[in-house]
Amino acid sequence: MSDFRDLLRIENLNVVFPLYGGRIQAVRDASLRILPGRVTTLVGQSGSGKSVIGRCIMGLQPKYAQVSGNIMFDDPARDHSLPVDLTRLPQDGRQIRAIRGNRIGMIFQEPMSSLSPVHTIGNQIDEALRIHSVLSPRERAERVEAMLADVGFRDPARVMQMYPFELSGGMRQRAMVAMALICDPALLIADEPTTALDVTIQGQLLKLLRKLQERRGMAMLLITHDLGVVANLSDEVVVMYRGEVVEAGPTQPIFRQPRHPYLRALMDAVPHFDMPPGERLRPLVPARVDVASLGRAVQPCQGPVLQVSGLVKSFAPRGGGLRRPQAVRVVDDVGFTIARGQTLGLVGESGSGKTTVGKMIVRAITPDAGRVTLDGQDMLAAQGPALMALRRRVQMVFQDPVSSLSPHMTVGSILTEPLEVHGIGDRTSRRARARDLMRAVGLPDRDLARYPHSFSGGQRQRIGIARALALGPELIVCDEATSALDVSVQAQVLNLLKDLQRDLGLTYLFISHNLAVVNYMADQVAVMQGGRIVEIGPREVIMRDPVHPYTRALLAAVPYPDLDRPLDFATLAATQEWAPVFVGPQLAALDLGAGHQVLARPGADAAQVRA
Amino acid sequence: MIRYLAWRVAVMVPTLVLISMLVFTIIELPPGDYFESYVQELRAMGETADLQEIEDLKTRYGFDQPVPIRYLHWVGGMLRGDFGYSFEYRMPVSEVVGSRMWLTVLVSMVTIIVTWVIAFPIGIYSATHQYSWGDYGLTFLGLLGLAIPNFMLALILMYFANVWWGVSIGHLMDREFMGQPLSWDKARSILSHLWIPVLIIGTAGTAGMARRLRANLLDELDKQYVTTARAKGLHPGRVLLKYPLRMSLNFFIADIGSILPAIVSGAEITAIVLSLETTGPLLIRALQSQDMYLAGSFLMFLAFLTVIGVLISDIALAALDPRIRLSGRARK
Repeated sequence: MSDFRDLLRIENLNVVFPLYGGRIQAVRDASLRILPGRVTTLVGQSGSGKSVIGRCIMGLQPKYAQVSGNIMFDDPARDHSLPVDLTRLPQDGRQIRAIRGNRIGMIFQEPMSSLSPVHTIGNQIDEALRIHSVLSPRERAERVEAMLADVGFRDPARVMQMYPFELSGGMRQRAMVAMALICDPALLIADEPTTALDVTIQGQLLKLLRKLQERRGMAMLLITHDLGVVANLSDEVVVMYRGEVVEAGPTQPIFRQPRHPYLRALMDAVPHFDMPPGERLRPLVPARVDVASLGRAVQPCQGPVLQVSGLVKSFAPRGGGLRRPQAVRVVDDVGFTIARGQTLGLVGESGSGKTTVGKMIVRAITPDAGRVTLDGQDMLAAQGPALMALRRRVQMVFQDPVSSLSPHMTVGSILTEPLEVHGIGDRTSRRARARDLMRAVGLPDRDLARYPHSFSGGQRQRIGIARALALGPELIVCDEATSALDVSVQAQVLNLLKDLQRDLGLTYLFISHNLAVVNYMADQVAVMQGGRIVEIGPREVIMRDPVHPYTRALLAAVPYPDLDRPLDFATLAATQEWAPVFVGPQLAALDLGAGHQVLARPGADAAQVRA
Repeated sequence: MIRYLAWRVAVMVPTLVLISMLVFTIIELPPGDYFESYVQELRAMGETADLQEIEDLKTRYGFDQPVPIRYLHWVGGMLRGDFGYSFEYRMPVSEVVGSRMWLTVLVSMVTIIVTWVIAFPIGIYSATHQYSWGDYGLTFLGLLGLAIPNFMLALILMYFANVWWGVSIGHLMDREFMGQPLSWDKARSILSHLWIPVLIIGTAGTAGMARRLRANLLDELDKQYVTTARAKGLHPGRVLLKYPLRMSLNFFIADIGSILPAIVSGAEITAIVLSLETTGPLLIRALQSQDMYLAGSFLMFLAFLTVIGVLISDIALAALDPRIRLSGRARK
């Protein structure tokens, strides 16, 4: 039977994009195979050409792309026919359209934008059936309903009438899966299907994909940059680096003994939970730090720098005509302290309020209630010159290295602007300071005259860090500072932040959704959910011995890049019931000793919450 | 939805009241009134004015009363369907405007339809063939159409039509049909005259609409959901029509609001140049001669149509775009 044949075989694929007179070779002589009924993962960092391959299989590459090589598709449904070369089919022609969505389904990274906002879910899923089948409308509706139930919707009939914006990101991605699988394809191409999702949602979706793939005996090509996802899902792995396939084969041997230096380096660059304290990540390209010229000695004094207590912020939803809808508490009674020279990791999923907390601390948002003190000085009451002085001491590093640097300012003016705003030094001394800052983040100081667009993402983020350092702050709020970066670059930026902390005695509030990164960076960890801190404590305690069910769920959902620690799909229940001690209208922090606190019903004791 | 509608209609009332005050103030702003300028005009021509008649009219329309009373008088009349009296034409405003209204609506409607029929294919072609020679050529033509003022185009066309073919392209019908009741021949004459004003008035609109459609469609063409639709195996033409084109039409629906008043105002300056029998020249003349009821009521009518048009386009947007219609449901 077809089990002996490759479902899809890519031979010597080359993809070239002509661009501005030059040409970019996105894929270079790539060959790989996809076995029927197996999961093949295509892993590599951004720009490695992995998504281009996925698109080429479907014939969805841009029109101007020049494709050569063969993509042989051997459809198991047509037993005695020869494999079809997909690259030879006319783009958007009848033959490739008969394969798209019918024999090969595809899902994409962005659940927000990959569904049409003005058509119902039912309409969009049904469309694939309308194109590829001869079923009656009633039969089609039944198929769609069954499919939606299959991907985990509890009320499929209602979901069919809903519009994508009425669903959450995870639910939309489920609808996308339903759409891709409705015609029962032999191959599903999933292009970073979980990258945009929160970790618990990612776990559920991976579980769903695994379940559907096994039950339908379907092959899957999973395109991802996340080695954790690879280790948990794939049977075969193909590693790409700069458009070339550098390693390919069954997952087991490749993960146990990576041969290619790129894959080995990639594995060393990913933070994981078993790192002994003090062990450093090894980025592919290390950034050298030279802070000698920044000239600020480590301040040895102890005690808390930042104290936050009772922070509250509500946002009123817009609109609603005459009646004003009730305000939503995005941050509710948040409090923590950070000691000098330490890092507090603030963990939470999207919408947990963690970014709002960071913004309130730098006074970008005014809290409704609460206290924030820096070295005992009230930050929220500060006005005028006092506020200016405070701003010098607290700086922020943002998530998106592209939009957080003004595109029409040179790096030199970006770095000197904070000094100008605060009236520090004269022109010459500011330039000198900018050069020192560049060296401190490991960039050549001759780059001061260049514009941000000529730097890579990691370099830009280093410029963002240099800007935050310009005023010699004590506290830096890092809001998802490495989330937009590739793992190799992420390691570089994390190490840079660590080195700067060590040498300059900086204090960090490190906001992130990535538990492994927080584990690497933080001394203390606070877990936020629904605007409240549900658990806070020393890093080792939170990571090894979490008490709150939410923290446990978060940790259980992280895919490890380790074959011996697979995700426990069985416990990744869609909705977890919390023990009664954690639910109720009046919750308070319960002290478990050694700075470990958990949000529970008042009067609960340690034995109860640990039960 | 019904609550929303009621809310919108309720908001219209104060809007219209404010506009009416504004219109009235502006018309009152120049010193004097229609009668003074009328008497002066007569005297300048050496004739004597029938002062008694003027006095009668003045009292009848309350010109001896203070401004607020006159305002109320005017607004009250409009509410009863009495738009006042045109002093210049010596007949009620509704009759003066009414006779020209249907021609204006005819010209405008044909113009709008021609605009759509030409602009849509051009916009779609330009967006789907971006940076091709066809796109460049159409872009060039479009920019020309946008850059040349309509009345200028009208003058140029009139000049060359006269020089080359020796015909006069003014008016909406041949001279002998003017003032005649509608007949078969008159209708034919109108249709044969119609294409010139339609072409001239429509140029800028067509060019603008094609450019906007191109820009909106280009924004949508790169969106992820277009790739999703193609990945389903949908025919590229169907993909274009069902997804990105549908999404790029929001601007077009929002435009309906401004189309409604444009239909009745009838491209004033071009209409004067081409001596079209539409309402445009009427309005200009009324403003010049301070024929206040004619000007004021006409402006008020335009304002009313604008407000109604915006309401209609908002309702259409809500009906066509579930994100607008259901944003309340999503929040819960």
